[in-house]
Amino acid sequence: MIALADCNNFYASCERVFNPALKNKPILVLSNNDGCIIARSNEAKKMGFKMGEPVFKKKEFIKKNKIEMFSSNFALYGDMSNRVMSILMEESPETEIYSIDEAFLNLNGISEKEKFVKKLRKKVMKWTGIPISIGIGPTKTLAKIANAKAKKEKEGIYSLKSEEEIKKILESKDISNIWGIGNRTTTKLNYYGIKTALDLINTRPKFLKRVFSINMLKTQEELKGKKRYYINANPEMKKNICTSRSFSKEIKEYDKVKEKIISYSMRGAEKLRKQKGCAQTLTVFIQTNRFKEKRYSNAKSIIFDVATNDSLEIVKKTIESLKKIYRPSYKYKKAGVVLGEIVSEQRIQMNLFDKTNRNKRKELMKAIDKINYLNGKETIKVGTQETKKYKFERQQRLSPGYTTKWKELLRVK
Amino acid sequence: MKNQKNTKKNEQKLEFFTVDGENLKKIYIHEPTISAGFPSPADDYIDTELNLHKYLVKHPAATYFVRASGYSMEKAGIYDGDLLVVDKSQEAKNRDIVIAYVNGEFTVKRYIIEKTKVILKAESNSKIYSNIEINEETEFEIWGVVTYTIHKNK
Repeated sequence: MIALADCNNFYASCERVFNPALKNKPILVLSNNDGCIIARSNEAKKMGFKMGEPVFKKKEFIKKNKIEMFSSNFALYGDMSNRVMSILMEESPETEIYSIDEAFLNLNGISEKEKFVKKLRKKVMKWTGIPISIGIGPTKTLAKIANAKAKKEKEGIYSLKSEEEIKKILESKDISNIWGIGNRTTTKLNYYGIKTALDLINTRPKFLKRVFSINMLKTQEELKGKKRYYINANPEMKKNICTSRSFSKEIKEYDKVKEKIISYSMRGAEKLRKQKGCAQTLTVFIQTNRFKEKRYSNAKSIIFDVATNDSLEIVKKTIESLKKIYRPSYKYKKAGVVLGEIVSEQRIQMNLFDKTNRNKRKELMKAIDKINYLNGKETIKVGTQETKKYKFERQQRLSPGYTTKWKELLRVK
Repeated sequence: MKNQKNTKKNEQKLEFFTVDGENLKKIYIHEPTISAGFPSPADDYIDTELNLHKYLVKHPAATYFVRASGYSMEKAGIYDGDLLVVDKSQEAKNRDIVIAYVNGEFTVKRYIIEKTKVILKAESNSKIYSNIEINEETEFEIWGVVTYTIHKNK
């Protein structure tokens, strides 16, 4: 059996841990520029707030109902996620971290499964203050369905057992709510009259394979209780790291675009070092607003002689690439840097003609990461990196870095 | 490079491994200083650096750092600005120092369980701090148990 543990309204719950006054109150967490809703507490969901909805549309309503809004405090959410995941990994014999707030657990070999997950849920709550729901089913796809049920249970736990019961649930389960089925596929499935999960089970496999894909076949089998997706406890390191943003205002000047893109490439390089990887390729891209008349977008990729995670080297190549694709007559809306073909730091293919003193540079990068870690992000940056960050990225409702910054710890009297 | 094709059959791919200096630094291996004679009984021991964080933090997933403000617990050795190590995994026992959330505020106090009531006791030289008695109407929750106080002397 497989369990899916999912943190309830994770971002909102993280805010509540350090601010219990928010209990039972509607909370919204906003995207990077404080523009759109990216997380809601149950109370906010009930009031009709939708994911991705721009908040300015409901300004009056929010003010009138005293709804609490937060900028996304990813340092806090990341730290709390690490805590939750480390508890799950310690308790369960095999754990696959699926996202910042979800993990699949392998329950094989555990005799009293419900008792086990009950205890687990209690422990996570006590240690972190984060409520989680756990659904149990024979496959990942069914565990996901069980989890949706668990969310409605008082105990936060639901176990799919008899085949009859599963059938009954699948009969009323909209196809769009099945794991791995997106909007477009839903439309297509509906076109062929497949509306519920049970409809999908009753469709001929050959037809699914022909009209859809092998993955749809796998989903069908998973719904029937046959395992097609296994727990992957040791995922390989990320093959690509993409750092990109939409600007809050369109940017025209080369220097400003450059500043932006350099800070993305610095962030990407830092992420790369964190997972102890080196990138073989670099792609820089810029885009104008897709909905405007005068459109332009372009990308430039380069291959490094030796795979690298050196910020200075990556930034240098980033600027070179940007120069090749930047055109002065456009207003840019989005830009990004992709570090690709990532390999482990330990396995770099050396190049005989490489003139860089890599060990020395590695020490430098370590020093930079350490200083930035201790003193806050982007304390040290390269000369041309953007300086007035807040001019573009608004985070006016950011809660303190309770678990990540010495100066912002919780205060008690 | 030119030979690559010719030697393909019996070629063994060379992989270069860089040494991670960070991991090396942390292990001190005490080598015997005298090459002959009686071996020191200490040679068999490999010391690792003392790690204060590990000493203070027994349950990393459940441990939070919190800043004390004010002097309500000075007799218990907690002063304004001190750093408190708080373990949320521990069950609060009678006389533990706890972080509690009471009527909309976080507070650090001694947790006293009496026969008929629960008291959050202030331990201060000043009289401005009073004990908090918990009754049914109090909004009250124990947030965590204070396991260490870190005080800066200089």
